[in-house]
Amino acid sequence: MINVRFFAALREQLDSNEVSIPAASIQNVADVKAALIKLHPDWKTHLASTLILNAVNHHMVDIKHSVNQGDEVAFFPPVTGG
Amino acid sequence: MSLPNTLKETCSEQLSEISIQAEDFNLGEEVDLLEENNHDDGAVVTFSGRVRNKNLGLNVKGLTLEHYPEMTEKTLQDILTQAKEKWNIGRVKVIHRVGTLAIGEQIVFVGVTSKHRQDAFSAAEFIMDFLKVKAPFWKKELTELGETWLSSRQSDADQAKKWN
Repeated sequence: MINVRFFAALREQLDSNEVSIPAASIQNVADVKAALIKLHPDWKTHLASTLILNAVNHHMVDIKHSVNQGDEVAFFPPVTGG
Repeated sequence: MSLPNTLKETCSEQLSEISIQAEDFNLGEEVDLLEENNHDDGAVVTFSGRVRNKNLGLNVKGLTLEHYPEMTEKTLQDILTQAKEKWNIGRVKVIHRVGTLAIGEQIVFVGVTSKHRQDAFSAAEFIMDFLKVKAPFWKKELTELGETWLSSRQSDADQAKKWN
């Protein structure tokens, strides 16, 4: 399985903190997004936004970054700390 | 028993450089920790950020800070490692608060020491600039119009790019 987490505005828009999806057929971050949208078509407008940032195992990565069984993937809006 | 000086210095270097916390911090105490038994460094540069009462023309009543705990510390550690590679700095401390904060409350602290001022000035600015665009914190403001997640600013992205 792949654990997927959401933060801040995206977490509220999806009304979900965290979901798990099967790792089969997942190769990269884009595949994770596509799998989520297939499961929840109404998430598309929020997840497909080009502003959304991606992390794999707590490092910010681009959409083509590989994803493997047991990884933690996260999606979130641009950060606004400091 | 008093410790030999070399051992004292080793101990103080092991003080945690990063703290993500709900509670407030004391600026004076943080400066003391940067300076204590640190006779190599003549320069101490600190920055602290606080909650403003207005943003984008709206009256702010307070804000809530969310973060991604497992990622926040790693990201900040990575920023500090880069700062240490770029400049000759002594001690460094970053504090960022999370949770609900009222107007005027402290949000963030960056403190850097170095032998001479330029390294500490540059490193402190670099750390803040990258914290702003890389560290996974999000602010939700409470204004007279209700709660809103803040949008990132292009000016922050531009500011971070200038270090490339």
